Amino acid sequence: MDWTALSVSLRLAGLTCLLLLPLGLWLGRTLALSRFRGKPLCEALVALPLVMPPTVLGFYLMQAFGVESPLGGLWQSLTGGGLNFTFTGILLASLLANLPFAVQPIQRAFESIPPNLREAAWCSGLSPGRTLLRIELPLVWPGLVSALALTFAHTLGEFGVILMVGGAIDGETRTLAIAIYDRVQAFDESGAAIMSAMLLLVSFLTIGVVYGLAGRRRWRRG
Amino acid sequence: MAERDLRQARLSVQLQQAGPIPLAADFHCEPGELLALVGPSGGGKTTLLRAIAGLYRPAGGVIRCAGETWFDAAAGRSLRPQQRRVGLVFQDYALFPHLDARANVMVALDHLPAAERGQAAERWLARVRLDGLAGRLPSELSGGQRQRVALARALARRPRVLLLDEPFSAVDQVTRRRLQRELALLREEIHIPIVLVTHDLDEAAALADRLCVLHAGRSLQQAPAEQLFRRPASPEVARLLDRHNVFTGRVVEGDEGRRLQWGPWQLEVAEGLAPLAPGKRVSWYLPPSDVVLHRRGRPSRGERENPVQGRVVEMAVLGGITSVALAFDHCDDTLRFELPTHAARRNGLARGEAVGVSLLAAGIHLMPDAPVTHPESPHR
Repeated sequence: MDWTALSVSLRLAGLTCLLLLPLGLWLGRTLALSRFRGKPLCEALVALPLVMPPTVLGFYLMQAFGVESPLGGLWQSLTGGGLNFTFTGILLASLLANLPFAVQPIQRAFESIPPNLREAAWCSGLSPGRTLLRIELPLVWPGLVSALALTFAHTLGEFGVILMVGGAIDGETRTLAIAIYDRVQAFDESGAAIMSAMLLLVSFLTIGVVYGLAGRRRWRRG
Repeated sequence: MAERDLRQARLSVQLQQAGPIPLAADFHCEPGELLALVGPSGGGKTTLLRAIAGLYRPAGGVIRCAGETWFDAAAGRSLRPQQRRVGLVFQDYALFPHLDARANVMVALDHLPAAERGQAAERWLARVRLDGLAGRLPSELSGGQRQRVALARALARRPRVLLLDEPFSAVDQVTRRRLQRELALLREEIHIPIVLVTHDLDEAAALADRLCVLHAGRSLQQAPAEQLFRRPASPEVARLLDRHNVFTGRVVEGDEGRRLQWGPWQLEVAEGLAPLAPGKRVSWYLPPSDVVLHRRGRPSRGERENPVQGRVVEMAVLGGITSVALAFDHCDDTLRFELPTHAARRNGLARGEAVGVSLLAAGIHLMPDAPVTHPESPHR
């Protein structure tokens, strides 16, 4: 059992969720509530990682993270290091690859709130900020939980993008999914089986806990 | 309250814009008064209510309430909904589905110390007769109960104006009656302007002190129901209020003074004819209650007043009441009136029969300012 790879996987999935939560909330709410000219384009961009083969997304990210590219160059001038083959690099890649999994459930949840609930809150004296906290967030909670569950599970299982951007550096970019692949390549099928079972268990537990949380609501609309 | 204070506390609304929703509304509502905005769906009623609440910003106009300017397009002033202190009951109530009745009301009680909000919310729920249901979620309440929670929430903030958007449209007839009765009682306790939006004319007539008729965002006439139904300002208002009996006549100087020429008849009119110049064409309206049927073979006193002869073209029996439409040779429009079904039977009224009726002079209402569009008569 490769505990280091498991810890890299869990760290990657946890941080992706943590960073995508505020970004997904902002982006999902904006896409749900505003009307602007380029909205379909924005939605298409957010959804793109869903339809792109992971290796293709990984290839472009690898190119963009290289020191010759503007992004990679800027990163190097700021931090002194590169993005390819680093944990930060796979974290950034993971954020992009998971954008649709985080944004779409949140967007749908915000869209399902009748607009007059927001207005009723304003007329009751709640500021937009307090309306978000007391009315909107409790109502989008199931969408939020489902976004986190999808993101977490998808990051644990992500393979193509991570391999392209991060390679398989022990303790840095070798996630459990990549470690399993390595074991199979080395004909260590029992090692691969243990790790696969572990990944299955962790994924199942995560999803179970999260859906349990989302389901714990007494109210329904109507 | 002194007149000046009354003017201070009143709600006055003047709004204009060309589009996207055309508005040309001008009305006011005194504290303690209930003003009903009536008119067809899509007439801009809800938009006006939303503009008062600060949820919609029209292009031009002024909204004042309680001595404060809430909206002034020219001055670029528009208070946020939170600053206006408006109690708004939405058509579908807009209760927060994740909060129980008590918590729904508590949302509007942020101005109180946290420790007092729970009790205050329960007091408000008790006032709308929902004691004991404070812990129920909206989904566990009936339509009528939800409406009461919405009303309690709207009042809990001690609003300076209460706005009701079709508040009785989503409940059954029995509940509607009960809620209407409760609103009538509640009015005696809260001394603020109340604006009710409804497309139900009976409801408006029963509940409101005054009605404001709206069409395509324009306020056409404001008056108490009785006056509005007997004296509509124009054929358009009459049509919007579902009033029939709008005709066109000509002012003439007859042997017995000034009369209204309508087809072959010169009608006597109790009011409004004197200032009109002979030859002027004018629209006029007669409430159905001011049409008196001539009894067969038994002439009565009223028959001397504006007797006219028509032909029955429609008879609709609606329970104990029969609605009759008479046609005349000189115009396309029919004259409608109602009489008890037994009276219709006794008089042998039947389709195709010729009958005589009197048009009571006191009921004839002239609309000299309204444009006359058709050469001979029809407005309808």
